[in-house]
Amino acid sequence: MTVQARPVIEARGLRKAFGATIALDGIDLRVEEGRILGLIGPNGAGKSTALNAILGLTAYQGELKVLGRNPWTDRDQLMRDVCFIADVAVLPRWIRVAQALEYVAGVHPRFDRAEAESFLAKTDIPRNSKVSELSKGMVTQLHLALVMAIDAKLLVLDEPTLGLDILYRKQFYDSLLNDYFDRNRTIVVTTHQVEDVQHVLTDLMFINHGRIALDCSMEEFESRYVEVTVRPERIASARALKPIHERHALGRSIMLFDLRFDLKLDGVADQKLDRQQLSALGDVHTPGIADLFVAVMGKDAGRAQGGVK
Amino acid sequence: MNSQSDAVPEFPVDAQRIAPAALAATRPMYWSIRRELWENRSIYIAPLVVAGLYLFGFFISLFWVPRSVRGMAGNHSMAPIVVLAMPYSHADMLLTLIAFLVGIFFSLDALHGERRDRSILFWKSLPVSDLTTVLSKASIPLVVLPLFTFAVTVTVQLIMLLLNASVLVVSRASTATQWAPPLFEMELVSLYCMAVLVLWHAPIYCWFLLVSGWARRATLLWAVLPLVAISAVEYIAFRTSYLASLLHARLLGFVSAAFDLKDKSGVPIDPHFIPLAQLAPGRFLSSPSLWLGLVFAALCLAAAVRLRRYQGPV
Repeated sequence: MTVQARPVIEARGLRKAFGATIALDGIDLRVEEGRILGLIGPNGAGKSTALNAILGLTAYQGELKVLGRNPWTDRDQLMRDVCFIADVAVLPRWIRVAQALEYVAGVHPRFDRAEAESFLAKTDIPRNSKVSELSKGMVTQLHLALVMAIDAKLLVLDEPTLGLDILYRKQFYDSLLNDYFDRNRTIVVTTHQVEDVQHVLTDLMFINHGRIALDCSMEEFESRYVEVTVRPERIASARALKPIHERHALGRSIMLFDLRFDLKLDGVADQKLDRQQLSALGDVHTPGIADLFVAVMGKDAGRAQGGVK
Repeated sequence: MNSQSDAVPEFPVDAQRIAPAALAATRPMYWSIRRELWENRSIYIAPLVVAGLYLFGFFISLFWVPRSVRGMAGNHSMAPIVVLAMPYSHADMLLTLIAFLVGIFFSLDALHGERRDRSILFWKSLPVSDLTTVLSKASIPLVVLPLFTFAVTVTVQLIMLLLNASVLVVSRASTATQWAPPLFEMELVSLYCMAVLVLWHAPIYCWFLLVSGWARRATLLWAVLPLVAISAVEYIAFRTSYLASLLHARLLGFVSAAFDLKDKSGVPIDPHFIPLAQLAPGRFLSSPSLWLGLVFAALCLAAAVRLRRYQGPV
């Protein structure tokens, strides 16, 4: 094993139950510096609970270290190096834009007010208005301006673009990638709008019923999963190669293959699947995260996910 | 003071080195208090509005005062000094009452409002500890409101004095006889009274703060109803009213604890003008009720700090 990068988040057997409901069922998690991890799962899967535990907002069982600290006992210390945007509605409605800047500059030792001002200058947000007078998109821009001006090591985003139109969503992730992210920073994001983040993420994690259903890097994702729009005459032979999922769109059959799946063990073929073999069946392309999600989670999860096509 | 300020230029480097560190520790506290003032503007608007209205009323009344003072002078039921002090002490009492009400309503909402509007998630995303947050909120009724109210009271009373003097001059009334109360003595007593009230009422504010951090809704009911209910049950079951008298003493007991309301010959003192000699700070500071109350207040604050760690939006 090569020397690994420093873990920003390290969890072992992270568990959390609300009464009889188990929100986190003993998950292990390791996020290294410089990664952008997408935590994808249906509602109630345990994503927010996991993030809340990481942010010191909820008590948990098991081991959890964020930047070497215990988030539950050291929340205020940890927040010098961690930022989070919970969702669009947490900025206090009474605060004025200038007051928000002043306050964060007052309490946060790593906040660069000039940077926040220059980010805000690119928006239409009036400096003297209250948060309650801003549109939902503007509130998110304001929150992002505050957060991006903090020199933090870890940024946690829980449904940051909920309820925003597509323009604001695109701007949000563009700003995040171009103006904020670098190799010393780490981002963890949960969202239902998976198509927005597919090209943003470096790592992908599916979480369901409090357990991790899939954990891979995006390179792995792209080399491992292949989607084929199968030509009608090849459907039978395609099915023989055991796609992990099959769906129909515009009268065509679209199958998802896992190239790691060992056909030899199944006795179906005497070799592993490869791209060339699949391209003989039809058009080969990289699947969307949403499609893989449906394949991995099954149909129930797909319905709950809402955003999945 | 002088020796300190003289010493600073001698060690400018040291002073500069120490200052930012001390500043860094108090900065979150300072900004947390400022943000309370941004959010709850009633903290300063309510006393100011009441002070303005009172001054307006007083100004109108001034045109009657010379006559009434003369009329009262013959009335031996009230000492002339009490008659002179009355409008000034009424201003003080009114502003103190307003500060109490604002403090109560502030405390009831302090740790509830941030959970109700979900902004607790924003506040908790910043490096401000639960201890700092709770202490900054407690400092509003315990420090900020009393000091501000005292400053407003002094200002109001000085303006009253000026108005009074100018009316006397304009009406060419005689200023040879005493026309103003001993205002400086009154301010000292008022300052003492403010400190007494803060210490005596601290458990009330802190209890309300704790309830505001705990109750999911209807904080006023949760803060008051259980006490009323227990008092009622106590009375029905045992025909006693220990809790009720305890609550009554907590609200008003400071008067007998901190002041001698009878002079040496046993004559009752009019509360509108309490001379300095009638203050009883020694008795007040050695009163067990005071210290038990303060211990209760500290326990409430400690519980509120602990509780805030667990609390999220409601």
